[in-house]
Amino acid sequence: MNLMNSTALVVIEQDTSGFSPINLKVMGAIAQLREFAALEVDLLVVGKDCTAIAEAAARIPGIRQVLLADGEGGEHQLPEALAPWLADLAHDYRYLLVGATTFGKNLLPRVAALMDIQPITDVVVIESANVFKRPIYAGSALASVMTDQPIKLLSIRASAFTALEAGDVVAPITIIIPPKSQRLSRVVSQQQVAAERPELTAARVVVSGGRGMQSGENFHLLYQLADKLGAAVGASRAAVDAGFVANDMQVGQTGKMVAPELYIAVGLSGAVQHIAGMRDSRVVVAINKDPDAPIFQVADYGLVADLFTAVPELIELL
Amino acid sequence: MKILVAIKRVVDPGVRVHPLSDGSGMNIASARMSINPFCEIAIEEAVRLKEQGVATEVVVVSIGSLAVQEQLRSALALGADRALHINTESSLEPLAIAKVLHRLVMQEQPQLVLLGKQSIDGDHNQTGQMLAALCGYSQGTFASHIDCKADEVWVTRELDGGLQTLALTLPAVITTDLRLNQPRHPTMPNIMKARQKPLAVIPIADLSVNVQPRLQTLSVVAPKLRQQGVKVVSVADLVNKLRQEAKVL
Repeated sequence: MNLMNSTALVVIEQDTSGFSPINLKVMGAIAQLREFAALEVDLLVVGKDCTAIAEAAARIPGIRQVLLADGEGGEHQLPEALAPWLADLAHDYRYLLVGATTFGKNLLPRVAALMDIQPITDVVVIESANVFKRPIYAGSALASVMTDQPIKLLSIRASAFTALEAGDVVAPITIIIPPKSQRLSRVVSQQQVAAERPELTAARVVVSGGRGMQSGENFHLLYQLADKLGAAVGASRAAVDAGFVANDMQVGQTGKMVAPELYIAVGLSGAVQHIAGMRDSRVVVAINKDPDAPIFQVADYGLVADLFTAVPELIELL
Repeated sequence: MKILVAIKRVVDPGVRVHPLSDGSGMNIASARMSINPFCEIAIEEAVRLKEQGVATEVVVVSIGSLAVQEQLRSALALGADRALHINTESSLEPLAIAKVLHRLVMQEQPQLVLLGKQSIDGDHNQTGQMLAALCGYSQGTFASHIDCKADEVWVTRELDGGLQTLALTLPAVITTDLRLNQPRHPTMPNIMKARQKPLAVIPIADLSVNVQPRLQTLSVVAPKLRQQGVKVVSVADLVNKLRQEAKVL
């Protein structure tokens, strides 16, 4: 089969550590897309003082080049500055991809509207060069969506794709003119959460607590368990709404989507919107004293027990 | 300050929905409908800003069939001053919705436009950002706190890795996240009063916007269910199975 020649631009996301692990997941989606189109792939690093990130991006295999746009206008990657500039740049490509994170969700639709393109967000399956699957109704259904628009704008849900590994080959870095500064918005303050544990969406193991934890203090049990397993700690919306933990720990349709190797749900009933956020995990363990909790329906291993005795015992045995 | 709030009529979040067996869509014909929960938060925030004397008028708009007037009346009962119903039988994509709202923004000239961050049916999370782009306005997405200053608005945003506070030049578009506020319930006297509040119906054709869909939905199917696993009898049994069977430890 002759594959159509095509081009893709991937917007590289930056986090506190620099090069965000989400980028390797987006490259996993690119790898799937390559089954349907012969792609020349450029990575775009835009920001202020971001040369090191461009150097990290250059180690991703299978790319043509890294475009580096470094300047004042790219500081904090505000969409008011990036969108018009990126809309111009993206016209030279057939695909524009970004991770479906708060960064990607903030930016992509603004670019899309300026290009008069209807984007497809939260892509979980690439079915062909122009058909993509995305969850709707909090994950209650998967919609298969086709687009014949000349440029496909996609945001990629990280939990649905396998990360591509960085290699030893280094692609060339091309310096391009950064976006202009703008006066519509500015950053007043930024509060990053301290990263003592792996990031939820990137962790191999996730331990989550629900309302059954009864208090924020009791989460220390889960932190101990997580430290034994090298795990990230998440929570249900009920636990967040009850004020036990910060909202950036929420796993679910309205929080974070995770798909770790091992997901341990503790004192967590398993509301539909929570399950939508963790259903792609490889192995699910549920610990709950209510034998009828819906979480058991999606758990590979269910333990009906009081978490306050079971979790310390588990920590002991690991 | 005038505030425009855009709301969507969706299946009530308490209703469990399933795809139709022929894969053509969702089985929602007889489902209970509500204001999208994120839109409800947007209404609440606008009404609070009016109660604080920051906003002078709260205008609420929805796009859809005659049925959306039910949600517009609810919004009026929650404290909005007047409503606009953009009448269409078609289901619009986010880009088309943003184009329609852009026309209304040009007509109404609000200083602030509030929307939910996403609707719980399509789950796109696009409309607010697109509207901001078309208007050339600043945008504050995933808002968990809003503070109106003299000529700008400060918005605290919930990001994946923490919180970010932006100062936005007015006019601005803000999309709401869950923790911005706890919406009130309408009182009976306010429901009665809402019946008297103005609700204008505008046929979508009057706005001369191309709302043709760009995407084609080929199928809607249920996701693969996880197989229910086994119950373990003890913590030791669990650890053993995770090591020997699942090989994840």
